[in-house]
Amino acid sequence: MFEFEVGGRRVQLQVPKMQARLVLAAGAILLLAIGTLTAVYTVQAEEEGVVMRFGKYIKTEQPGLHLKMPFFIDRVERVKVRRQMKQEFGFGTRGHSNRSQWTEEQNQEKQMVTGDLNSALVEWVVQYRIDKPQEYLFNVRNADETLRDASESVMREVVGDRTVDEVITIGRQEIESESLQKLQELVNKYEMGISIDQVQLKDVNPPVDVQSSFNEVNQAQQERSTLINIANGEYNKVVPRASGEAEQAVTEAEGYATKRINEAEGDATRFTALFTEYEKAPEVTRRRIYLETLQTVMPMLENKIIIDEETKHLLPLLQLNPGGTQR
Amino acid sequence: MKKEAIGVSVGMVVFIGIIVVKSSLYTVNEREQVIITQFGEPKGKPVTAAGLHLKSPFVQKVNRIEKRILEWDGRANEMPTKDKDYIFVDTYGRWQIIDPLKYFQRLRDERSALSRLDDILGSETRNTIAKHKLIEVIRTTKDRVPVQQDDILEADRTGTVGILPPITQGRSVMEKEIFEKSRAKLQEFGIELLDVRFKRINYNQSVQERIYIRMISERQQIAERFRSEGAGEAAKIKGNTQKDLKKIESEAYKEVQTIEGVADAKATEIYATAYNASAQTAEFYEFVRTMELYGEILGGKSTIVLSTNSDLFKYLKTVNVEKVGEDGAVIGSP
Repeated sequence: MFEFEVGGRRVQLQVPKMQARLVLAAGAILLLAIGTLTAVYTVQAEEEGVVMRFGKYIKTEQPGLHLKMPFFIDRVERVKVRRQMKQEFGFGTRGHSNRSQWTEEQNQEKQMVTGDLNSALVEWVVQYRIDKPQEYLFNVRNADETLRDASESVMREVVGDRTVDEVITIGRQEIESESLQKLQELVNKYEMGISIDQVQLKDVNPPVDVQSSFNEVNQAQQERSTLINIANGEYNKVVPRASGEAEQAVTEAEGYATKRINEAEGDATRFTALFTEYEKAPEVTRRRIYLETLQTVMPMLENKIIIDEETKHLLPLLQLNPGGTQR
Repeated sequence: MKKEAIGVSVGMVVFIGIIVVKSSLYTVNEREQVIITQFGEPKGKPVTAAGLHLKSPFVQKVNRIEKRILEWDGRANEMPTKDKDYIFVDTYGRWQIIDPLKYFQRLRDERSALSRLDDILGSETRNTIAKHKLIEVIRTTKDRVPVQQDDILEADRTGTVGILPPITQGRSVMEKEIFEKSRAKLQEFGIELLDVRFKRINYNQSVQERIYIRMISERQQIAERFRSEGAGEAAKIKGNTQKDLKKIESEAYKEVQTIEGVADAKATEIYATAYNASAQTAEFYEFVRTMELYGEILGGKSTIVLSTNSDLFKYLKTVNVEKVGEDGAVIGSP
C-alpha cells in the first residue's frame, strides 16, 4: 500500500502483492515489444536510409530490412534517391509528383530578356535526382527551392547571351545543353547532393503581343516561296512547250525542204524526159499537146463564140457584161 | 509503514534523477548548432558537433541555430539602370551562420537576419544596377557570336536584328560586385554570404511596351522584305520566261526560214538547169507550161471568143488551110 499527499489531500493507493508483480511483468513485456519494434526498420527499393544516433549521422543504409538502436536513440530518415523528380518553369501540369514541381509564379518565371534586348517567353523542365542523401539532408535547407532559384538564374544567364531568334528557333538544343552543364556546375558548387539529369525546353515563344508579327515573318517567307514557285510553274508551263513547238517547226521546214527538192527534181526529170521525146518529132508532138490541152479545156467552158475572120461589127452585139445596166 | 516510506523515497529519488538527467543531456543534430545560455547569457563555445551533449541542468537553456546553408529570396524591386531603363530585379542569395555566437547576440532569430539581408543586398543590388547599362545585367559572355538564320539577317535593314550588343563587364561580374560588397557587411552578424545571383530581370510595363513596339516593327520590315523579294524573284523568272520563249521562237523561225530558203534555192537551181539547158528547152518549157495553165485557168462561166482563123477552128470553113495563123483568143469573164 502506498500513501502520499497531493495538494493537502491524502491519497491511498492499495495494490495487492500478486497484482503488483503482474503489472511489473506486463510493463517489462510492453517495453520489450516497443523496443523491438523501434529497432527494426525497412528501407524501400527506391530509397536510402540515413541513420542518426542522438542526431549525429552514422551511416547510410541500402534498401532492405535493418536494425538500429531502439526508441529515440537512433533515428532513420528515408530519402528517395532512385526517383527522378521534376521541376516545371513557366507552366505546371496537374497532379505533381514532388512538392516543388511548379509554383504559382508561372508568368514571372517564363518572361525573359534576350541578349539583343528583346523579350521571350521560355518554358522549361529540369529533371533531377538526389544522389547524395547526406548532403541533400544536412548541407542545404530547402534544397529543392534552391534548385528552382538556381535553375531560373542559369536559364536567364544562357538566354541572356542569345538573340531572340536563337532562343525561339535555331538555338534550342544549345540552350538545353549549356544550361544543363551550368546548372550541374552550380548545384555541385552548392553541395546539395542533387544531380541534374536533363534540362528540356518546352514552349518557347515571343511575347503574346509580338507573336503575330513573328508569324507574319514566317508567312512572308512562305509567301516568297509561293510567288517564286508560281513564277517557276509559269516558266515550266510555257518554255518546254515552246521549245517542242520550235523543234516541230524546224522538222516541218526540213520536210518542206525535202519535198521541194524532190518535187523539183521530179519535175525536172519529167521535163527532160518529155523534151528528149519532143526533140525526135517536135512538130507533131507540139500539135498533139496543143490539141490535147484544148480537148480537156474546151468542154469545161460554158460559152464559146466562134467568129469568122471576115465578119465585122460583131463586138457591139456581144453582151460581155450580162449583169450590167440595161437600156 | 517504514517499508512504505522507503518505497516512496526511492521512487522520489528515481523521479528527480530522471528529471535532472533529462535536463542536463541534450542532442544536437546535423542540421543545427547550439548556443548554451545561462539566464539569457551565452555560456561557453557554440556546440557545432552533432550528438549527445551535457549541460548544467535547469539553469542552462539550449538555443538551436541553423547550421545548413540557407536561402535568401529577394523581392523583385524596380530600379533604373545607368541608361535609365526601369527594370525589375529579383535576386537570390545563399548564406550560412558561421559565427553562431555573434549571430545570436546581434540578431537572435532568422527573421531579423533575413531583414538585414534584404536591406544590405537590396541596396547593393540597386547601387550596382545603377552603375551599369542594362545590357551588362543581361549578357554574360563577352565574345559570343550568335548563330543566325541567314535569310533573316539579310532581310534586316535596321542592323539590330541578330546582333548581341557588346558588353564590358557582364552579369557574373555584377553579381560578384554585389556579393563582395554585401559579404563584408554581413560578416559582423556572424553570417557568411555564399553567393548572390540574379534570378529574374524584367522590363517594367512602359519599357516593355516600347520593346514590343520595336520588336513588332523589326519583324514587319523583315516580312516586307520577304514579300518584296518574292515578288522581285517572280518578276525575274517571268522575265526569263519571256526571254527564253522569244529566243526559242526566233531561233526556230530563223532555222525554218534558212532551211526553206536553201531548199527553194536548190529547187530553183534544179528547175533552171533542166529548163534552161538550151534555147529549145526554154521555148518548150514555156509552151508546155502554158498548155498546163490553160487547163487550170479556163473553165466554168468563162466565155471564149475564137476566130475561125485559130488553129483549132481553121478547118471549120475549109479543109485546106495554107497558112496557119496565130491564136486569136479573146477571153472575157462573165
